[in-house]
Amino acid sequence: MSDAVLTQEAFLELSGISKRYAGVRALEGVDFACERGKIHAVLGENGAGKSTLIKIIAGVVQPDSGRMRLAGRDVSFATPSAANAARVVCIFQELSLMPDLSVADNISIASPPRRFGLIDARAQRRRAEELLAEIGCEDVNPLMRVRDLPLSRRQIVEIAKALGKKPQLLILDEATSALTSADVEKVYAMLARLKSEGVAILYISHRMHEVEALADRASVFRNGRHIETFDRGRRSTAEIVQLMIGRDIAAQYPAKPARTSVKPMLALDNLSWEGRLDRISLRVGAGEIVGLGGLDGQGQKSLLLALFGVLRGISGRVTVEDREVRPGSPAAAKSAGIALVPEDRKTEGLMLPMSIADNLVVASLDAISTGPLVDRAKESEAVQRAIARLQIKIGAPGDAVSTLSGGNQQKVVLAKWLMTEPRIILLNDPTRGIDVGTKQELYRLMRELADQGAAILFYSTDYDELIGCCDRVAIMYDGRIVRELEGSELTETNIIASALNIDAAAPAGTGAVHA
Amino acid sequence: MLQRRPALGPSMLDDVAIRVRQNVGIVTAVLLFCVLYVLYNLAHPKGFSSAVLVQNGDEIFALAMLAMAQTVPVLASGLDLSVGAVMTMVGCFASYLLTGTAGGTPLHLDLFGLHLFLGTFPGDISGILLGIVVCLAIGALAGFVNGCVVVYGRIQPIIATLATGAVYIGIALFLRPTPGGKIDEDLNWALTNSLGDFAATVHIFDDGAAGWFAPVAWIPVPFVLLVLIALLVWVPFRRSVLGRAVYAVGSAEGAAYMSGLPVDRAKIAAFTLAGFFAGCGGLFLAIQTSSGNADIPQAGAYTLNSIASVVIGGTSLLGGTGSAIGSIFGAMILRVISFFFRIFDIAPLLQPLFEGLILLAAVSIGALGVLRVRNTLELFR
Amino acid sequence: MTSASLSLSRDDRPILIAALFILVILVAGTVYTFARFGSAPLLSPTYLLQQLQIGAFLGIVAAGMMVVILIAQIDLSVPWTLAAAAMMATSIGGPLAIPVGLGIGLLVGLVNGIGVAYLRVPSMIFTLGVNAVMRGLMVAHTGGYAPQTAATDLMRTLAADRTLGIPNALFVWAAVSVLVAVMLQRTALGRYIYAIGNKEAAAYLAGVDTRRVTVICFVICGVAAALAGVLLAGYSTKAYQGMGDAYLLPSIAAVVIGGTNILGGRGRYLGTLIGVVLIVLLNSVLSIMDMPEAGRQVIYGLVIIFMLLVYGRGERVTS
Repeated sequence: MSDAVLTQEAFLELSGISKRYAGVRALEGVDFACERGKIHAVLGENGAGKSTLIKIIAGVVQPDSGRMRLAGRDVSFATPSAANAARVVCIFQELSLMPDLSVADNISIASPPRRFGLIDARAQRRRAEELLAEIGCEDVNPLMRVRDLPLSRRQIVEIAKALGKKPQLLILDEATSALTSADVEKVYAMLARLKSEGVAILYISHRMHEVEALADRASVFRNGRHIETFDRGRRSTAEIVQLMIGRDIAAQYPAKPARTSVKPMLALDNLSWEGRLDRISLRVGAGEIVGLGGLDGQGQKSLLLALFGVLRGISGRVTVEDREVRPGSPAAAKSAGIALVPEDRKTEGLMLPMSIADNLVVASLDAISTGPLVDRAKESEAVQRAIARLQIKIGAPGDAVSTLSGGNQQKVVLAKWLMTEPRIILLNDPTRGIDVGTKQELYRLMRELADQGAAILFYSTDYDELIGCCDRVAIMYDGRIVRELEGSELTETNIIASALNIDAAAPAGTGAVHA
Repeated sequence: MLQRRPALGPSMLDDVAIRVRQNVGIVTAVLLFCVLYVLYNLAHPKGFSSAVLVQNGDEIFALAMLAMAQTVPVLASGLDLSVGAVMTMVGCFASYLLTGTAGGTPLHLDLFGLHLFLGTFPGDISGILLGIVVCLAIGALAGFVNGCVVVYGRIQPIIATLATGAVYIGIALFLRPTPGGKIDEDLNWALTNSLGDFAATVHIFDDGAAGWFAPVAWIPVPFVLLVLIALLVWVPFRRSVLGRAVYAVGSAEGAAYMSGLPVDRAKIAAFTLAGFFAGCGGLFLAIQTSSGNADIPQAGAYTLNSIASVVIGGTSLLGGTGSAIGSIFGAMILRVISFFFRIFDIAPLLQPLFEGLILLAAVSIGALGVLRVRNTLELFR
Repeated sequence: MTSASLSLSRDDRPILIAALFILVILVAGTVYTFARFGSAPLLSPTYLLQQLQIGAFLGIVAAGMMVVILIAQIDLSVPWTLAAAAMMATSIGGPLAIPVGLGIGLLVGLVNGIGVAYLRVPSMIFTLGVNAVMRGLMVAHTGGYAPQTAATDLMRTLAADRTLGIPNALFVWAAVSVLVAVMLQRTALGRYIYAIGNKEAAAYLAGVDTRRVTVICFVICGVAAALAGVLLAGYSTKAYQGMGDAYLLPSIAAVVIGGTNILGGRGRYLGTLIGVVLIVLLNSVLSIMDMPEAGRQVIYGLVIIFMLLVYGRGERVTS
């Protein structure tokens, strides 16, 4: 139902683009077009397929099927450099800068100005200064090392680096998420200028007010499909949100038990850390699943890490079952009965080259050891039990855990912690990149654990999931809990409204947002 | 166009401040060296003199070269454990090729009972120059082989260079089972003394007696060579695209690869340059001692001291930051410390103890930043 | 049905190849001796036992080195830990000789471990500094001369005597091997060691006290080096300067030839054992062949590179 009114020749045109990752659909038959001299917003929830779309356009991944045309000619980019050569430039969320090189070095890394065969440091610096001035950030000294810049400035450098490639099509993927409000204004001005020069701009953002302020046109994606494209002002914010949520809720959630009075398990009072967590107070009862919501990077991850003893210099009180605890290390947190399923299962959750069995028992070796020796009978029994309980699909327990699918890997991480019989379970976006079937198993398991008396704190970037799974959801913004939603208040509209902090006085992009 | 502020920009002072902050390791090393060296000269019984300076230069040169050699692979986040071996091997080659014997040096190869006559290596000035070039080429070749084993063999640099180092030491032992050989006396004299002596030996500037030459005649040749090599080899390399790729690879190999930089070529270049610098060191050591000596403990000591010099000179073993210039000062600091033992008449027995303590203190102070880390997960990256 | 043996089964390949290579060395050496002297000493148990007795010192050092390499670190302080333990043991003498020697190893390991685990100084450089300090202390202690003190009788018995025709040093090596192998395969500590070597962050987030484990590993390595030093002093009846220098690189080589990943996390103790035997036999064949030191070094280096190339090459970094 693409109803884009093509007033002029499309600059970039995608037709029938599909892409799957390990069997999971990311994009399905997408038709999409954007024009020169227009800022085109791409909207959608987390996992709607926006990132895959821009990765395909920028040559990072190749589509399984479909056609891409640029300025009327068929193209396909095998690498980001190939896309750059066609002056298609993308500013990714994950920074692609080399931290030990200077700003000037990074900006000109691909094709530095040369004199007598050597890099011309002066010209390189001048170029960096010009590009930074174009954004209005002359205060970044090109001599500075990227490592020494705050995240917001690094993002400016990333933008300058992209500008240096003289883009015809510029893609910004959440490129303003770490910027300060002053810088956001400058980037807006720069985008307006590029637009007037005829550059086609794709703009991806979760911030509705940004989209309203900037975009000439917007396209909504949902579940890997292109839903609708419309010009500015044709849809109200409420309508857009509706389009993003859609009606086809894919996942089924286990029923929530009727809320009775719950025994408090975990209590936080005025927890603060390094300006990233701001006086957080929260209660999680035994048998309760409490969600952490909000935009990415509002302190949810830091909160989980703080509870798990990873962060130093925390102030405030943490109480577990009426006893104050001070988790100083993950080991201490573990013995206090706390478990964490970390953000990145590949680097933080698992030892990928090691076996499934080794990964499963690593947190609970004390329980299956007699004296210093690991009791092999107990070990293999525990492994079997865990595999059966979570229905992990494996060949043999001795296979490397890297051979498993993402969903089964995540089950291993969770099973590892269940072996320690935790009272408090912290989940950091555990369903990211996991197929729907496994997701539902995880939801069921979470409810089961809660019913057995565990307190669960569940961070997810998927609002639908929060609504379906949680008894209560705490929305975070800029390191604070701005609202707790429960019962009938727990709707997607309310979550999004609180996440954007619309009711609060803070308008668009005030204050640095932390990653 | 957007409005631009007049070309006011960041002031020069800012630039200097930034450069100092980024190179705080190097600056510290330079300052530390200056303090130590001034103290040394104040404490020296004969005070500052050209003779002392010449002696110092001779003792510093080889280690300074090895420190430079070690720096380049370290910048690309690989360690080269073969620099001492390459130095030793090149020194042994030099003891055959730089004899300066009138009528040339006959070269024989004895292998598995076979006796081959390879030819006569010229002994005149052109022969000596050719010999120097050949020796340096051998060093660079050894480094190139290291780079290829690391890149194409995909073997970890530490273990690959451990193995190739054994091979190079073996070749050195094959060439000089016992210390021996000979180096042209004029060459020895010209390179290990002051500029004046150099001029007198090679008969330039009125044998060094030219009036304008007098103010610089006291400068030791090793220091001049050091500066020349740094300026003519290191500085251009650092400013070349390949040199920057070495830094980029050491800083974030993945990002370097994604930015389209020649990662493999950068690594091979890093090891090749390391071999070249180590060759310079070996060549000079042979010239200075007038012989070739396949001394295994000495090779090992030079390798380990080169690593220490690199660290003291402010280069991170994790790669990406630092400079060969800093490493030169690191090497000089290590050497000056040993000079102190000589003049204070402290038992030279205590020298290794102090060297070790200073190294430990230096790296431990550098590591205190660990205590400021607030997210302990960052410690593992 | 044990996870450890299963998970490491793909590490059997290097061990098998190394074992085959040992056979090749034995066969080639025997062919050579038979053709040249008409005898086959390499196949005589007496000769082999004698070679293994000498190999025991390297074997014990390599056992400790392996533990450190498994957590992706390295211990360059081995040479002078070994020498210091030997020198202190001989100079103390009496019944306390061996405990004092081992105590030196423990102390050095503790310092190394604290520097690496708590200050997070790269082990490459920290242990290098500790090695220099130990050397300095010993040189100051002995005045730079060969120590005049002698090994105690117990040290000599352990290192040089035989029981039932088998050198006692082999029993010590066997005991160390059993301890390390059991520790690595059967204890929680062993699992933690592999976990840290594979992904330190993941082990940390699994509630493993990674710093404590790191310190323990360095202590094990230090004590192993000290034990080798005490035995070596017993074998040579005295301690001497630089007695540990010949053990650093061969011990690393033995560990790596045995299939242990120099970047940590993978490798079986059996491999290290075979790596040690391989190096010892290679050395003895080369000395039977009267191979000059030059040839030995070259062959030594080429064998390491060859073995690693055969074992399969590392992953490329692409992103």
